[in-house]
Formats: sequence, structure tokens, C-alpha cells
Amino acid sequence: MSGDELRGALSLVFIGAGMLFFLAGSVGVLRLPDLLSRLHALTKADNLGLGLVVLGLALQADDTFEVLRLLLVWLLVLFASSVACYLVAQSALRAHGDPAAATAGPEGSGEDARDGR
Amino acid sequence: MPEWMSPVLWIAAAGVLATIALGLVRVERGPSNGDRMLAAQLLGSGAVAVLLLLARATDVPALLDVALVLALLAGVAGVVFVRRIGVQPPERDAGRNASAAGDGPS
Amino acid sequence: MAAEVHALDLVLVVLLVWLGWRALASADLFKAVVQFIVFGLLLSLAWVRLGAPDVALAEAAIGAGLAGALLLDTLARLGRDGAADETRPLGLTPARAGIALACLGLAGLLVASVLLLPESWRGLTGPALQQLGNSGVSNPVTATLLNYRGWDTLLEVGVLLLAVLGLWILDVEPPLPPPAPDPMLGLLLRILLPLAVVVAGYLLWVGAHAPGGAFQGAALLAAGGVLWHLARPLSLPATAPVRAAVVLGFAVFLGVGVAMAAFGGGFLSFPPAWAGALILLIETAAMLSIAVIMLGLFVGGRTGKAGE
Repeated sequence: MSGDELRGALSLVFIGAGMLFFLAGSVGVLRLPDLLSRLHALTKADNLGLGLVVLGLALQADDTFEVLRLLLVWLLVLFASSVACYLVAQSALRAHGDPAAATAGPEGSGEDARDGR
Repeated sequence: MPEWMSPVLWIAAAGVLATIALGLVRVERGPSNGDRMLAAQLLGSGAVAVLLLLARATDVPALLDVALVLALLAGVAGVVFVRRIGVQPPERDAGRNASAAGDGPS
Repeated sequence: MAAEVHALDLVLVVLLVWLGWRALASADLFKAVVQFIVFGLLLSLAWVRLGAPDVALAEAAIGAGLAGALLLDTLARLGRDGAADETRPLGLTPARAGIALACLGLAGLLVASVLLLPESWRGLTGPALQQLGNSGVSNPVTATLLNYRGWDTLLEVGVLLLAVLGLWILDVEPPLPPPAPDPMLGLLLRILLPLAVVVAGYLLWVGAHAPGGAFQGAALLAAGGVLWHLARPLSLPATAPVRAAVVLGFAVFLGVGVAMAAFGGGFLSFPPAWAGALILLIETAAMLSIAVIMLGLFVGGRTGKAGE
């Protein structure tokens, strides 16, 4: 395999892995029982999903400047998303009054809670 | 970039898009507004990934700038939500009353 | 087009149509707003697919960023955050059916007219690109917005000015009580705000030869201002400096146009030698103005006339 092909194959592996993490994150957001655990799943998609895609694309970049831009985008999403998730989690804890109440309850099935809680 | 790379990038973009679309189910179902907001965050990050993939697939560097702007603004809606509204315990549509006693932004 | 490209477009179209429906039909207003924000995100991707990165930039900055922020803030002020809105329409009446048919008819007409366009019809692309050398910039979108159709853009800046004036005329309720300061939010601000300013300036500069421009930069600045306001409340009362900032863009644009008329070229027709510099001048003034206007729309009305 030529160098170009090898690089392409590596990119493919990284991008594929990134897609897997996006899938895992999405499934987590869909299937996990409550807000806090869903936030946890979300950050996996953000950090690793996007990070691996960026890594794969960086291998295909034309020049260093493009690699830096890719990295900047990833770091920004990482940072902004983490802070936003932290704020949502904090707000959720306040809304429920204590951590145990926040992570339990009728949201357990992941479906719409129909009993009004 | 090897020849087979381009179709791969397009498929990856479609794949990421279809995946994060699953988040839309969470937006539909809730149950709390925090759930809906976090699903929107998921879609935002996914959109950034799609833009980056398309930038390479179509060789349009401007898309990196679009991704940058999206990344900068990724948190804005979430922060507005938390500071102005805040997560509230799920209010089900059985009671058609306004969420008067909600926790609010405190 | 290849199958894989079709795959992406298909997913995008399906999602857009579904989100459009849900945003209008959701009983819960908050859910509808979130769906609208996501709709804006995906619309930005659609603009990319249509070969319009400039518009995609604007849509990302405004639709997914500022418009979302404005709608959420409005929900908070109305106290309708998270409760079902019993007046939201979920049923079909004869009037609604009639309107739906009319809309479908119009949509059908539009689709038909696009499909019936001749294969090799390039519209005004030829002349636009031919004159690019004389327009002062090398990005055809910027040339069209600021030179060929500068009149339209002048009026658009005027419309934004009218929007904030309208807000100031209304007697708006007092601002919401600010939540406690948060160290993480402060950290976010300290990193994001300088970056937002730098990227906004970059977008303004690069707009001359690549997708970008004053409007996108302004939206970014305004979003930064919104974040600041959420962490530590700003107030933008209609004092003299704020009024000056708000009027600046329109005034400079109009002034340049009149000056060009006075010097014999005609209203808003830039001599090729000066075009680049004039466009940059107008865009800079416009960016500052539009940023203040958009921030003013978020922060709210006439809080504090001359000293509260």
C-alpha cells in the first residue's frame, strides 16, 4: 500500500470509530433512564465522536493550518458543550432537590412519564 | 486523497446525520425540558461533524468556517435555557396548567 | 450525482420536513422552540448542500444561535416554559384545510417552475462574474450584496434599525432577575468572547474573497454579547452612545451612497479603484451596528431612561 492509501485507510478507521461513538451517544440519549445519565452519553458523542472524526480528517488535511482549524473546532465544541451540560446537570439537581431523586423516579423506563411527575 | 475516500466521506456524513436524528426522538419525548435541550446539543455537535466531513468531501474550506461558527455558538441556546428557564420536573400534558411553580432561573 | 450524495440529501430532506411539521404542530411550546432551533441547524446544512456557504454561515449564526436564544428568552418571559399550550392548534377545520391546500398548491407551483428551468440557464452568473474585477472584491456574493445590489442591503440594514426602534418604542416590562454568578459560565465567557471577537473580525475581512461578511460577524458578536448578558446583565438603554452605535451602519452606508452621487458616479455606484475600500468601510460600520442592534433586541427595551 502506498503512503497515500495507508493514510486513507487510517482516516477510514478513525472516522468509522467516530461514527460508532456518535451512534453510542445517540443510543444512550435515547435509551438511558434519566437526564443525568443521558447527559453522560451526550458528552461521549461530543468528545470522542467528534474527536475521532477530526483526527481522521486531520490525516487528510492539505496543510497545517487546516489541521489547526479542525482542532480548534473540536476544542471549542468540547469546551462549550461540556459547560452547557454541566449547567444543565446543575439545574436538574436543583430542580429535584437532591441527587438521588434526580436520578431515580418514573423516568426509569425512558418513556413519557404519564403519571404527572 | 485516494479515490475511494470521497464516497466514504459522503456515507460517513449521511451516517452521522441519520444517527443524531435519533436525538429527535428524545426531543419529541422529553420528558423534561432538559432532555430536549441536551438532544439539541447532540444534534449541534453532529452537525459540526457533518460540516467537517463535507468540507473535505467537497473540498470547500469555507465549510470549516461554518463549523467554527457553529462550534462557537454551540452552547448559547443551552446557556440561555439554563439561566432563563432552568430544568423543571416533567410537567405532563395531563394538567393543562402553566408551570407557574417551576424552579425558574434561581 | 452519486448515490452516496443522494443518501445525505435524502436524510436531510426527510428530517427537515419532519422538523418543520413538528415545530408547528407540537403542543408543548418549549418542544416546538427546540425543534425550531434544530430545524435551523439542519437548514444550515441544506444551504451548504445548495452551494451557498455564505447563507449557511448566516443561518448557523442566527437560526441556530441568536433566534434560538431570543425564542427561549421570550418563553421565559411569558412563563410558558415547559407547559402545554392549550391554544396550540392540533385539529383540522375547514378554514385550515383551505389554507393547507393553497399552500400545497403554491409549493407545487414553485417545484414545477424550478424543475422546468432550462438545463443550461445560468441566469446572471455570467455578467456578475465578468464585472467582478471592477467590484472591488473577489467574492461574488459580497459583490452582489454590497455593490451590484447595495441598495437592497442598505434597506435591510434600515429594517434592522427599525426593529430596534420599534422595540424601544414599546413599553417593555422590566428585565428578569439575574441568577447567581457561575464560575463555569465565567470561564466559558473568558474563552469564548475573545475568540468570538477575533472570528467576527476574521469573517468581516475574509468576506471580500471567501464566504463571510459583516452580517455573519455581527451575529457572532451579538451571540457573545448575549452570553455576557446572561452571566452579568448588561443594559442597553436608548442613551446617546447606544443610539449612535445603532444608527452608525445605516448612516455610513447612506453617507457613502450620497457621496458617490455627489461625486458624479450615481447613488451607491462605487468607482472600481475605491470599491474595495468603500465596501470594507461600509461592512465594518454595518457589523458594529448590527451587532449592537441584535444584542439590543435580546437585552430588551427602554430600561432606564437617563438614569433609571
